[in-house]
Amino acid sequence: MSELLSPEDARLVEGLRAGEEEAFRALMREYGGAMLRVAQMYVSSRAVAEEVVQEAWLGVLKGIGGFEGRSSLKTWLFRIVANTAKTRGIRESRSIPFSSLAGDDEEAVDPDRFLGAGERFPGHWAAPPEGRILAAEAMEVIERAIERLPPAQRTVITLRDIQGLSSEEVRNALELSETNQRVLLHRARSKVRGALEEYMR
Amino acid sequence: MRLDRELACQDIVELVTAYLEHDLAPGDRERFEEHLVFCDGCSTYLEQMRATIAATGRLQRVALPAELEQRLLEAFRGWSPA
Repeated sequence: MSELLSPEDARLVEGLRAGEEEAFRALMREYGGAMLRVAQMYVSSRAVAEEVVQEAWLGVLKGIGGFEGRSSLKTWLFRIVANTAKTRGIRESRSIPFSSLAGDDEEAVDPDRFLGAGERFPGHWAAPPEGRILAAEAMEVIERAIERLPPAQRTVITLRDIQGLSSEEVRNALELSETNQRVLLHRARSKVRGALEEYMR
Repeated sequence: MRLDRELACQDIVELVTAYLEHDLAPGDRERFEEHLVFCDGCSTYLEQMRATIAATGRLQRVALPAELEQRLLEAFRGWSPA
């Protein structure tokens, strides 16, 4: 197996190949929910997304023996889910969500909040003390804000900021351009920040 | 990414992710940082974004619904490693 694979990934892959349930559970703990979010990006319902994850999982089992670690395990895993979901999404004859992205000039912050180009940004939300932003309630605010995001934004912020993938890993897994990845991440983070601002007010 | 005029507060807000991703051209990065020196609002905004990202990173991993995980486990049990 490739030396590029982290020791944890290498152990997981070996465990899965050996049919060890502990490896299965570790993989699900780490990536299970994110797999479902990736699927939801391309299909119209939660039920179909669950079927996609099941189908993708069979693909993972089929491919794990030949997995060479040219990408990280998570990139490989999410790409299988994304490809399965895209195929399913086309079958559903539902347009891929990115098709609408080009003409979408949604701003991160409502322009009405700016008095004019030279004026200062009026959103004075004092840098919150660490304790406050980490309060359980604030974490719930973040979670709810992420759940409310459009699926593509929700997937990108989940992979980047919760799962800790790099922008390159996300672009590879979801086949996004650099710009699309950044725009989706920006909108997602901006909305989460906005939700926190509301909460802190 | 290259920009050709002085940055307004609204530009800063729109560019904050590009800045944090190190996607701004060096000159634009400098202008971005210059703006921050004179603008408390935007400095605060940047700190809020950083705090938001850090807090998001401390969220629990999202779990799969238990019945779905069970179905995947059954597929795993029924699968014979090559």
